Amino acid sequence: MKLLVNGQPHEVDAPDDMPLLWVLRDLVGLTGTKFGCGMAQCGACTVHVDGQAIRSCVTPASTVAGKSITTIEGLSKDGTHPVQLAWQEVDVVQCGYCQSGQVMTAAALLQQKPDPTDADIDAAMAGNLCRCGTYQRIRAAVHRAAELGRETGHVA
Amino acid sequence: MWRDPVNVSNVSGVAETPASPNPSLEAEGLRRRAFLRNSAIASGALVIACFVPVALRRAMAEATPAAKPIPPNAFVHIAPDNTVTILLKHSEMGQGVWTSIPMVIAEELGCNWKDVRVEHAPTAPDYVHTTYGMQMTGGSTSTWESFDQLRTAGAMAREMLIAAGAAKFGAKPADCRAENGYVVHGSRKLSYGELAAAAATLPAPANVTLKEPKDWVLIGKPMRRLDSKAKVTGKAEFGIDVKRPNMTVALVARSPVFGGKLRHVDASKAKAIAGVVDVVEIPSGVAVLGKHFWAAKLGRDALVLEWEEGAGAALSTAGLRDDYRKLAATPGATAKAAGDVDAALKNAPAVIEADYEVPFLAHAPMEPLNCTVEIGKDGCDIWTGTQFQTVDQKTVSTLLGLKPEQVRIHTTFLGGGFGRRANPASDFIVEAVQVAKAANKPVKVVWTREDDIRGGYYRPMWVSRFRAALGEHGKPVAWSHTIVGQSIIEGSPFAAAMIKDGVDGTSVEGAADSPYLVGIPSYRVDLHSPKSPVTVQWWRSVGHSHTAFVVESFIDELATAARQDPLEYRRTLLPVDSRERRALDLAAEKFGWGKPLPQGHAAGLAVHQSFGSYVAQIAEVSVDDGKVRVHRVVCAIDCGTVVNPLTVEAQMQSGIVFGLSAALHGELTLKNGRVEQSNFHDYPPLRLPETPRLEVHIVPSTDKMGGCGEPGTPPIAPAVANAVFALTGKRLRQLPLRLA
Repeated sequence: MKLLVNGQPHEVDAPDDMPLLWVLRDLVGLTGTKFGCGMAQCGACTVHVDGQAIRSCVTPASTVAGKSITTIEGLSKDGTHPVQLAWQEVDVVQCGYCQSGQVMTAAALLQQKPDPTDADIDAAMAGNLCRCGTYQRIRAAVHRAAELGRETGHVA
Repeated sequence: MWRDPVNVSNVSGVAETPASPNPSLEAEGLRRRAFLRNSAIASGALVIACFVPVALRRAMAEATPAAKPIPPNAFVHIAPDNTVTILLKHSEMGQGVWTSIPMVIAEELGCNWKDVRVEHAPTAPDYVHTTYGMQMTGGSTSTWESFDQLRTAGAMAREMLIAAGAAKFGAKPADCRAENGYVVHGSRKLSYGELAAAAATLPAPANVTLKEPKDWVLIGKPMRRLDSKAKVTGKAEFGIDVKRPNMTVALVARSPVFGGKLRHVDASKAKAIAGVVDVVEIPSGVAVLGKHFWAAKLGRDALVLEWEEGAGAALSTAGLRDDYRKLAATPGATAKAAGDVDAALKNAPAVIEADYEVPFLAHAPMEPLNCTVEIGKDGCDIWTGTQFQTVDQKTVSTLLGLKPEQVRIHTTFLGGGFGRRANPASDFIVEAVQVAKAANKPVKVVWTREDDIRGGYYRPMWVSRFRAALGEHGKPVAWSHTIVGQSIIEGSPFAAAMIKDGVDGTSVEGAADSPYLVGIPSYRVDLHSPKSPVTVQWWRSVGHSHTAFVVESFIDELATAARQDPLEYRRTLLPVDSRERRALDLAAEKFGWGKPLPQGHAAGLAVHQSFGSYVAQIAEVSVDDGKVRVHRVVCAIDCGTVVNPLTVEAQMQSGIVFGLSAALHGELTLKNGRVEQSNFHDYPPLRLPETPRLEVHIVPSTDKMGGCGEPGTPPIAPAVANAVFALTGKRLRQLPLRLA
């Protein structure tokens, strides 16, 4: 099947029902997208498909063939997406394992709501688990990313 | 000081984050170019005055490792381009050692912080814990156990650089100084990178003088993490991300009940699945190896398995509860006692009794367990996120008949540990080695979330029974506390050292050494340690994860019986100058204890010492649709000298959220020997919308250093339970807290 990942075409030999997560990690070789639960409960596997945040662990790769897939590796060239900058400034990460998914979900939120309220953040980020408990700093960092986005005119 | 509410998005003076550490940073090359190759000898023993948990303190008293010389070259490499690579002997699992430990070294080294890079150290004797004598990360010990050692290593390296610079300047070392990555003499200066090669040829200094705390420029300052960029760009390498040439990915089918053995497997359907490479039997079950995870997963699903389930099939939590409650009615092995508590209770006009219970819990780190193994002619290479390098190395070397140094453990980032990745039997590593050996292939064994939730090594289920009597001013005069639960140490290599007179110190920590006991004339804390096929292990804060809940809840019950304010009651029982009191008073002041709260809200508090740190928490709760909702938590910690206040704050937040997950949701139950939960839908950790506003305050303190990774967890469950009582009058004595 043919996939378009971070602007690059990839031809992979995968069964139709193979989740996008494992195609990305094991066949395309992009391991930034993480496995946490396999049933869309934790959000660690979040990627963008045509700009929408989706859970790649329950998305058969065949259903997104030809669509534009963005992973954490493709969110920005050098880690300078406002969400990535804000995450560093606010010192969000701990173990870091869930953070690819957190960043991707936050980036999709800001694309739709450039100035989210706390309630918007709660709703958008509720599907992303963090066992280290970085939630308070995530809240602060989403607000900071919104500010950075406005300051830099970044279109997510 | 760091006493004001912290707005992390607005911390002034936070250092800039340097360029991201590159996990694959030419490690070997750096080592080859490394300076400070001499075997440095530090004269005099390192005096390590620090807290050691009760049980290990006993163990270590018998086997204190001789103070070893500090080889600065084991910890610091300086390249000609001035890059300073710190080899981190601890495992970074979120707790922030990737940043705080380099701060400690860099403080004395005097390098430019922007030049600092970090790598996990290899598994080798130079990197053993100064108190425990093995390479490991746990017990909230990393900062204090290495604080003197690594400042000394940094200072030794600095002195060697100064000596090298002085020689080039033709000056006396005493006339030169280290400054921000340079050795300076008058108006001349040479960079550390320029001096590294020459410094490496010099003898290591016999004695070094460490800076006075007033001169610290890094220690005590809020410094941003050095691993952030790698972790927000997907570049940080966790164990599950490791890829090796010709590597297969394996999933293991394990017994559905604890202690079960494989009777028969039919792998024909599994082998027919595209991408399945091999199926092998190992002691824990059947491994299916695939070209990738998905093939191995489909292959495992297609196995037809029959198990000899054994006694484990009869287990249920309901049955265990009955057994434990019966045991709790009789005294167990005495952990600590004074006076004659039975007589005191018999003669008391009134006895207050309460039974408490907490469930089995899985650690459930976000990164499922995994381990990559390559067995070659000259040894075995292992890539994994582990907290227990020395134990793993020894166990695997015995298994394969190799020398320990032939087992090369490459520590990756850990996607959470919480104690699970410090397995005394090295379970997930041994199993991966067995798969690689049986299949004769490089393999990465990956656990699914279901494997993790159902895979055992849980925080044990505990029952506590209290009986107490009050005397004048409502102060307890008799206190009986019987604890029932499995020992996490029994059957492990640590049993001989850590179980004394039938008491596993980790079962009673926080109860047998409760500060409230000091003023009680008659008390007994005793322990039953029933056995069961369920595997159990340390879980963030270990014994304190249950003792803080029960002791701090029961103290609250006594305050109610004494008709006293919970804060004032504790203040009268705790010694005036105790660190518990200081933490409690700061939390109460910052919370505004006693001031009116919004309608329908109430507050509860708890204070508990664990791992050498004293933490008080006050929770503000309401009840919404029959469910406990936590709005705000004010936390005060006295951990002694603080290395990185941003880390302390993060670890308190982390510990609180981890503890709240357990207090509000966490429960594993067994029926017919099977764990009834399986994934995050029925074993739900706290989510962002449920997270209260968290305020962390640090008690200014120069007292003995404690830890931070765990002490934030114990007080939150009792603080919330006590708040629920204040609000509803209902005393919830079981976790998770349920009103209906």
